[in-house]
Amino acid sequence: MHDHDHDQGDGSDLDEMTARVRALETILTKKGLIDPAAVDRIIDTYQNKVGPKNGAAVVARAWNDPDFARRLRDDATAAIAEMGFVGRQGEHMQALFNTPETHHMVVCTLCSCYPWSVLGLPPVWYKSPAYRSRAVREPRAVLAEFGVTLDKGTDVQVWDSTAELRYLVVPMRPDGTEGWSADELADLVSRDSMIGTGLALTPGGKP
Amino acid sequence: MNGPHDLGGKMGFGAIAPEAEEPIFHAEWEERALGLTLAAGVLGAWNIDESRHARESLPWPIYLGTSYYEIWTRALEVLLQRHGFITPEELASGDAQTAPAHPRRMPADAVDAVLARGGPTDRAIETAPRFGVGDAVRALNLQPNGHTRLPGYVRGHLGRVVATRGGFIFPDSNAHGNGEAPQHLYSVRFQGAELWGGAAEPGSSVTIDAWESYLEHA
Repeated sequence: MHDHDHDQGDGSDLDEMTARVRALETILTKKGLIDPAAVDRIIDTYQNKVGPKNGAAVVARAWNDPDFARRLRDDATAAIAEMGFVGRQGEHMQALFNTPETHHMVVCTLCSCYPWSVLGLPPVWYKSPAYRSRAVREPRAVLAEFGVTLDKGTDVQVWDSTAELRYLVVPMRPDGTEGWSADELADLVSRDSMIGTGLALTPGGKP
Repeated sequence: MNGPHDLGGKMGFGAIAPEAEEPIFHAEWEERALGLTLAAGVLGAWNIDESRHARESLPWPIYLGTSYYEIWTRALEVLLQRHGFITPEELASGDAQTAPAHPRRMPADAVDAVLARGGPTDRAIETAPRFGVGDAVRALNLQPNGHTRLPGYVRGHLGRVVATRGGFIFPDSNAHGNGEAPQHLYSVRFQGAELWGGAAEPGSSVTIDAWESYLEHA
């Protein structure tokens, strides 16, 4: 955005993208093609309702409930729907369980595919050419930039979301959380740990 | 198409630079761009594959030099004009004559249901899958002018089927108005050394989702 200190509020001094999108919305509204209140509602959904808290609840439940974890492994879409998380960009879910032997990491090299129903909208870095180009070729180097260093013996499996399957990484449950409730556990499940560029937090608050 | 979007394995983009406490949107226009894109999609004139192809068909400097919501906005302008919803003159002037509501205009009270329904792309398919879990396969060296979801970095390389996913709409057809033409979809794993040679990180692999016609037995 450009900074301007003059002509504020008269509409003639908008930055280019603000003006461009506003013009488009005006045209579409006048032509009866979109309802601005529907646009408001879409924004509110992804601003306030659908986000990584959904995915954290799924992961925490999987940690605490072996039957749910099995269902999540066998049919992630159905298991996640049990918790009420359904819909756009989550129609065909797959859960990837991290183990000491295998760390999973998700990318979309061709665009910005991301499991909206459980993680909300993707962060800018996930959509950036830097992440999309490098995640497949040098995942450990990428992980290091996120502060994650894996054991030498841990394989890294990168999943490139080239179709409509959407991947949710289930990070390993941190030590020292025996007996914790699902709500308490969910606080340890960061967004990045469900993309695979992070690990779950430990009870001390550090990954 | 070998467009600016096919980024896997490319070099020179620098560090990832995640932003601490990143907001969901960085400007109000980004919110509106997302909402307009989703609301206009409900008109039903194009599908997700056509809209992806509109984005990847933007000029390289635009695709690589602007934010993702600008890419979405520019592609939306292309799609709306292509399908006759708006004219170049309207876009240039930023204004239009008032018209009655389109029969497929999404009202606000339909948004929750539309988003919850999403757009499943799995389809029943009669033919038996050609490949099974464990099969060695080669990604074909396809270089189509049109849309494809076969990334450049796997073409010609050997992988192994790790899962069969059933029938899914074939984007290479669907993006161009040629029908859903569903095919079996497979998750195929490529070892790092197969893709990147000596530069591969030890113990790394990449798994893609590949439609049947992207693959041959190896």
